[in-house]
Amino acid sequence: MDFQLIWFTLIAVLFIGYFFLEGFDFGVGILMPFISRDDVDRRVCINTIGPFWDANEVWLITAGGAMFAAFPHWYATLFSGFYLPLLLILIALIFRAVGFEFRAKVNKVFWKKSADHFIFWGSLIPAFIWGVALTNIVMGLPIGADMNFTGGLFGLLSPYAILGGLASTAVFTLHGAVFLTLRTDGPLMERAAKVAAIMWIPAGLLLLVFALLGYKYTILFDGLGLIPGTLPALTIIAFIAGYFLLKLGRTGWSFAATGATIVFGTIVAFEGLFPVLMPSTLNPDWSLTIYNASSSELTLTIMSVVALLFLPLILGYQIYSYYVFRKRVTRDSIPTH
Amino acid sequence: MEALDLARWQFGITTVYHFIFVPLTLGLSVLVAIIQTFWYRTGDERYKQLTKYFGKLFVIIFTLGIVTGIVQEFQFGMNWSEYSRFVGDIFGIPLAIEALMAFFMESTFLGLWLFGWNRLSKGVHLLSIWLVAIASNLSAIWILMANSWMQVPVGYEIVGGRAELSDFVAILLNERLLVQMPHTIIAGFVTGGLFVLGISAWMMYRGNQVQTFKKSAQIALVFTAVASLLTATTGHSQAQDTVKSQPMKMAAMEGLWETEKPASFSLFALIDQENKTSMREVRLPYMLSVLAHNNATSEVKGMNELQAEMEEKYGEGNYIPPVKTVYWGFRVMVGLGVLFILTAFTGLWLWWMGRLETTRWYHKTLMGVLFLPFIANSAGWLVTEMGRQPWVVYGLLLTSEGVSPSVAGSSIWISMAAFTLVYGFLAAVAAYLVVKYAKPGIPKEVEKNTSNSQETTHQADAFAY
Repeated sequence: MDFQLIWFTLIAVLFIGYFFLEGFDFGVGILMPFISRDDVDRRVCINTIGPFWDANEVWLITAGGAMFAAFPHWYATLFSGFYLPLLLILIALIFRAVGFEFRAKVNKVFWKKSADHFIFWGSLIPAFIWGVALTNIVMGLPIGADMNFTGGLFGLLSPYAILGGLASTAVFTLHGAVFLTLRTDGPLMERAAKVAAIMWIPAGLLLLVFALLGYKYTILFDGLGLIPGTLPALTIIAFIAGYFLLKLGRTGWSFAATGATIVFGTIVAFEGLFPVLMPSTLNPDWSLTIYNASSSELTLTIMSVVALLFLPLILGYQIYSYYVFRKRVTRDSIPTH
Repeated sequence: MEALDLARWQFGITTVYHFIFVPLTLGLSVLVAIIQTFWYRTGDERYKQLTKYFGKLFVIIFTLGIVTGIVQEFQFGMNWSEYSRFVGDIFGIPLAIEALMAFFMESTFLGLWLFGWNRLSKGVHLLSIWLVAIASNLSAIWILMANSWMQVPVGYEIVGGRAELSDFVAILLNERLLVQMPHTIIAGFVTGGLFVLGISAWMMYRGNQVQTFKKSAQIALVFTAVASLLTATTGHSQAQDTVKSQPMKMAAMEGLWETEKPASFSLFALIDQENKTSMREVRLPYMLSVLAHNNATSEVKGMNELQAEMEEKYGEGNYIPPVKTVYWGFRVMVGLGVLFILTAFTGLWLWWMGRLETTRWYHKTLMGVLFLPFIANSAGWLVTEMGRQPWVVYGLLLTSEGVSPSVAGSSIWISMAAFTLVYGFLAAVAAYLVVKYAKPGIPKEVEKNTSNSQETTHQADAFAY
């Protein structure tokens, strides 16, 4: 069996799960200051993701651990190469968590305002940087013969990479707006639905430009014709369908559709890379692939057994948790101080 | 400073800081679960109030544990890429399993516990906090497995310049793990126990809901007494293992420069690392031989002989760790460990005499002792990590070979400054919140209205954000 392929798929699944799940809680964090009319609204927004955001973040931690175990060179090259962007993500995630957990602990205006800033910036910055980082990977990176990244920080900030960051931010915000429409009620829900309907336009434009320029700047569509295949088509269909489903009042399906956009979009990136993990622009032979970056077969075998045992269990109790908290969060449910 | 030194400082700072919160989480999660179990079994509302009270403090601590933990997961790749390449085949396994087995469970069930007071049945709600406690402690097992392998590498072969897995069972049953894991986890229990004891004592001292906090004090006393004794016995096993597997570390822990037979135990010494000697020593004859080998006349090797042996084996170099830190770290840890045992048993004795809630000097002592496990825990890790130097993987990879070649010193300066500032800020916020939530004791209106169902509902949502 090709264990490298299995682990490439599993890590892709972990990132897909991460972008799908944390995608909407980034979106909620970004929108919270703008669609709330008062403090109770803001607390409703935060409580829609209250029981989930931490477990959503664990998808990232697990992806990191899985990369370390299955493809140590990928883990080492990526995180030492993207040192400062990753640092920013980590700091942002710290502030975000602190904002969520501690906001309601002190009933003072300054305290809550600070927490709101932590939540907003702590959601916006990672949503943007993940897009920039992923775009850089599919563009190729200056990776040397010793597998180490040889570029600098500013090389990562090309206009196309920034476009990728804007696109990911817009899509996550849209995903979050639909999630809020699904999980709140009353005027707040109506505002969320309105924002969602509007967000489709900038998100759509950014995605379109990003995809078209992708032919020029990325390796994803190399060797493919003008119609690159099923997955990009599905991404587009899901994205458009989401809009009409929302208009039809099928919010749940609309959320599934924005989620599917993220899922298919991420698959496009991983599939386009395969079997490369990090393409080198200096010399194609220096690229990290699933074969030259991987762990030994024994390690991959053991890890496969472990994943097979635990992934169903994890999915089971995470679904259970979403089932327990399936009801909309209302203003009445927010305790007074 | 060079990139290597900066990377080491950053790892030290972030890890010691992370490990302020981790042991407290290990112990406190179990204690909250135990207190809630008392509520579930007896129906006594005071246990419910205590569950919520300590639950809130737990959440504050837990939050800091996770946010500082995310940094740990990525820091190996950021600052130690060559280390990651060298060890990934083995070291990555426990890290990935830790996330799959423990982190998902911990975070999901904490969400269920926090927000599920009204939505889950009492039994499932209780199960949630137990799963949080179990998951926290499971995560400790896996990360300690990774660390144990750095201390005593087993089950590997070197292929193409990196360590590859050859025997997974050997790693699972690494004898280092079998002594280090219980010692570290139980030290976490002591930390949690003394935290609950210290806070309960504070409340009893201030005459705030004395009868309620006497109950938490009693639970914590039994818990701490058992755990503090076990920390000593497991610590002893770990030291005996160190004599065998890392003799250089043991010699440094004892400030033992020359091989002795029989070996004496050092009580005090001024270490002079440059001249490889110790001054003004106070030593207990035969003691080290007894402790190391259960044999009063056995030989314990000194650092000078071990240095010569290692040079012969690994080539020229300095294989002596920073002796002062290791020597004093060990003494601080052991001294505090003894103090914790005495503290716990004094409490049991006062309880037996019926004076637990009235003995004010003991309350004051407990309020002070609350802070000491953090020092003991850090000292223990400094001994085990600094004592392994100059190796990052003992006998296989030098720390200097593990650092990221592509990361500039300036980048590490930025990240170290950022982490130091952010962590300082977090410490201030956490300290403020713990005091704010601990000081008033159990909120008054709850005590009056526990029979009123509406009030209970309102209270129950108090965990919402």
